[in-house]
Amino acid sequence: MSDDVLRIRTPIGIKYQYSAGPRVSSHLHGLMDGRFVGKRCPTCHLVYMPPRNGTCAKCGCLLGEDVEVGQRGTITTFCIVNVPFLGQTIKIPYVAATILLDGADMGMSHLIQEVEAADVRMGMRVEPVWRPRDEWQPSMENVLYFRPTGEPDAAFESYAGQL
Amino acid sequence: MRDVAIIASAQAINAATTTATPVEMLIPVVNQVLENAGIARADIGFWCHGSCDYMTGQPFSFVSAVDALGAWPPIIESHVEADGAFALYEAWIKIQTGEVDTALVFGNGRSSSGDINRILTLQLDPYVVGPLWPDDRSIAALQARACLESGVVTERAMAEVAMRNHHNAISNPYALRRGDHTIDELMAAARVADPLRELDCPAHADGVTAVIIAAGDRARSLAKRPAWIRGIDHRIESQNLGNRSMTTLPSAAAAAHKAGVGSDKIDVAELHAPYTHQELLLTSALGLGESTSINPSGGALCANPMMSAGLARFAEAAARIMNGSADRTLGHASSGPWMQQNLVCVLEGE
Amino acid sequence: MAERCAVIGVGQTHHTSCRADVSIAGLVREAVDRALVSAHMTMADIDAIVIGKAPDMLEGVMMPELWLVDALAAAGKPVFRVHTAGSVGGSTAIVAAQHVMSGVHKRVLTVGFEKQSDGNAMWALSVPMPFGMPVHAGAGGYFSPIIRSYIKRSGAPAHIGCMVAVKDRTNACKNPYAHLHEPDWTLEKAMASPMLWDPVRMVETCPSSDGAMALVLASEDVADAHTGPKAWVHATAMRSEPTAFAGRNQVSPKASEDCAADLWRKAGITSPIDEIDAVEMYVPFAWFEPMWLESLGFAPKDQGWRYVEDGVTEMTGRLPVNCSGGVLSSNPIGASGMLRFGEAAMQVMGIAGEHQVDSVRKAFGHAYGGGSQFFAMWVVGANKP
Repeated sequence: MSDDVLRIRTPIGIKYQYSAGPRVSSHLHGLMDGRFVGKRCPTCHLVYMPPRNGTCAKCGCLLGEDVEVGQRGTITTFCIVNVPFLGQTIKIPYVAATILLDGADMGMSHLIQEVEAADVRMGMRVEPVWRPRDEWQPSMENVLYFRPTGEPDAAFESYAGQL
Repeated sequence: MRDVAIIASAQAINAATTTATPVEMLIPVVNQVLENAGIARADIGFWCHGSCDYMTGQPFSFVSAVDALGAWPPIIESHVEADGAFALYEAWIKIQTGEVDTALVFGNGRSSSGDINRILTLQLDPYVVGPLWPDDRSIAALQARACLESGVVTERAMAEVAMRNHHNAISNPYALRRGDHTIDELMAAARVADPLRELDCPAHADGVTAVIIAAGDRARSLAKRPAWIRGIDHRIESQNLGNRSMTTLPSAAAAAHKAGVGSDKIDVAELHAPYTHQELLLTSALGLGESTSINPSGGALCANPMMSAGLARFAEAAARIMNGSADRTLGHASSGPWMQQNLVCVLEGE
Repeated sequence: MAERCAVIGVGQTHHTSCRADVSIAGLVREAVDRALVSAHMTMADIDAIVIGKAPDMLEGVMMPELWLVDALAAAGKPVFRVHTAGSVGGSTAIVAAQHVMSGVHKRVLTVGFEKQSDGNAMWALSVPMPFGMPVHAGAGGYFSPIIRSYIKRSGAPAHIGCMVAVKDRTNACKNPYAHLHEPDWTLEKAMASPMLWDPVRMVETCPSSDGAMALVLASEDVADAHTGPKAWVHATAMRSEPTAFAGRNQVSPKASEDCAADLWRKAGITSPIDEIDAVEMYVPFAWFEPMWLESLGFAPKDQGWRYVEDGVTEMTGRLPVNCSGGVLSSNPIGASGMLRFGEAAMQVMGIAGEHQVDSVRKAFGHAYGGGSQFFAMWVVGANKP
């Protein structure tokens, strides 16, 4: 039995080329310029930032005009991550939050830093901390993380519809 | 059994590469098929999708396809990790239960996201054959060699298949590769995976096909001449190299028998045979004769959009009924190396 | 109209973190053989096979049903593959049932499986995508904010998740096939379990398992002739909605509510909590039990946690939920939904052994997947529908 081959390793390698899609282009250009450019749904008129895959999933249609939204936003809900895993580059515990940027109608995920995890709250107001300009790529990673602005918390009713 | 018919279809123009996201590619085709059928989204009873994660290089890649459907309020929807033609089969089953009367089915895939010939290797067993990494063309070449050596096909017959399909594709606006070639020219071309030449191999494409099917009077009210599904069946065979024939396709023959292919003349057959020798094998397995026009669209040889090439064959076969140019047609889809799995559908006009 | 359909065979593997003793084919075959034995059948009796599993990338294979043909003795038969994310086990059972209810086939074998130990799930589920922000939070990181929203909205006390976890882990000790057999959990100990994705504690999360579940579904004439136990399919329902759009309710998605409402209507059930005797619910994070109780119509809005707290969902309670130990105790992803559907059938068939609830007439099986957006459910019963 000790000579039985019970497992073999067969590594797999495939290279992929991903497309952002033409509708996400202005968003990515915006990130190269330190701005948050989303898109409005021509049917329901809500603003998506980021514009995801170029569609409003609720209406099943392609997104329309560009809309620049504010830099500041509100934490609608969050998770305190306290589990180490592969590829994790941030010290635990850290906060992964859903942030509703001012002027956007759907939240996005990002990190919260410069505050103790235990002090993060639903409704907390936050702002982005951008990487140095010479490191900017067409990616949301240009924002290192969000941090509290110190403004009063947003009222629950103002984001309850996002949960 | 309830009478069910294909009443509308739409395809994207097959492309070698695309910059749109898969969802951006889907939306116009979904909208087009709804428009072609003259039916509102809300009147679709069931949605079914065929795709494969390895085409996009993302797990759960089919999830974002729901974004293209306007799935609000929520819809009755399912997904197969297979060609969209299998989604059509699931939808046909669903309509047979009486739960719904209409279904929109679609298949999509971006063959250009990665090296498709290498990706398809992953369909092989991961223990013995897969680790050797034969690419898709080499896998097909093994079969072509066996067919040539045993005399079930000839190189000239393969060249004739290539010539006919590429000629037919000239009149197919969705095809990716087309053109007139002479037999001599084709037979003089360099081999890319001996014995296969470039034009024996499929033109892999990024594509989308969508089809709407409906039951009975619903179909009659939505289309002038619905393409009625008179028989549909699929069968699989072994993949094990020592345990299957390389020169016959018993699963295709069995599916054709179940679908009733042989009960009357077939005017047009649209076959999802990616390689030229496979079209010859399949034509024989399905029992198709001289009177059947094979692949007037140019077939999968001239555009092989992964996970929608089979459904596109169904769409093409249905179109011949719907435009009145044929009375009885056959749509076929295949899956797996060596056409391991075969789905056959017989369509008729009324 | 649909033909009647019954579950006449159920078989599952022992679920564990690594089944190094079998290949994928061996794992699948183990469940299939047990299901065939309980259906008094052999492979030769089966008309068609419907296979489900979660992303192929979990094992680094593509469409494994293609090379599983020999192991399943499926050559010459129809083999159909379903993939609907985490709900896949449930959707697959429904598609299989519809192969019978359509009148197309009489004896259909369905199997769901996952062999996560054969691949690298971390690789498969975290393919780095350009353009966006990788938040690196894992599945718990996705669902934990939704749970936080539920807690805030319902005012549930912090210990509810742990109560569910202790119940399911305790129930699992009565299920010989369950992955986790941990008899010593108490609420106090659970509350001391590490907070992994605050507000989700380690004890409130599911394991990663290898395993398979198979069912044999039969038409009315075949089921009538079957002398063993059977569970009639009373109703099935599926619903989907997009992952993300402005204003989406993620705590109780409309697709979940619509799916349940459709199911109860089709099954002729007006008061689910009174008419359902056993529930197998897809609960990969403990807090989802109260959330789904509300969403499915077993409990009023914001009151699901009270049912947990009052012991309603205990094995001895008014509405026993996950007597098998549920997803919290075994999670072979592609099989997890079919385990819920199959365990519900086992309760009706009276073959659940130590975790059998007394005199189950109707049971509910449930699965969901994606970002709480794909739903599959069925009701099975002792009597013909």
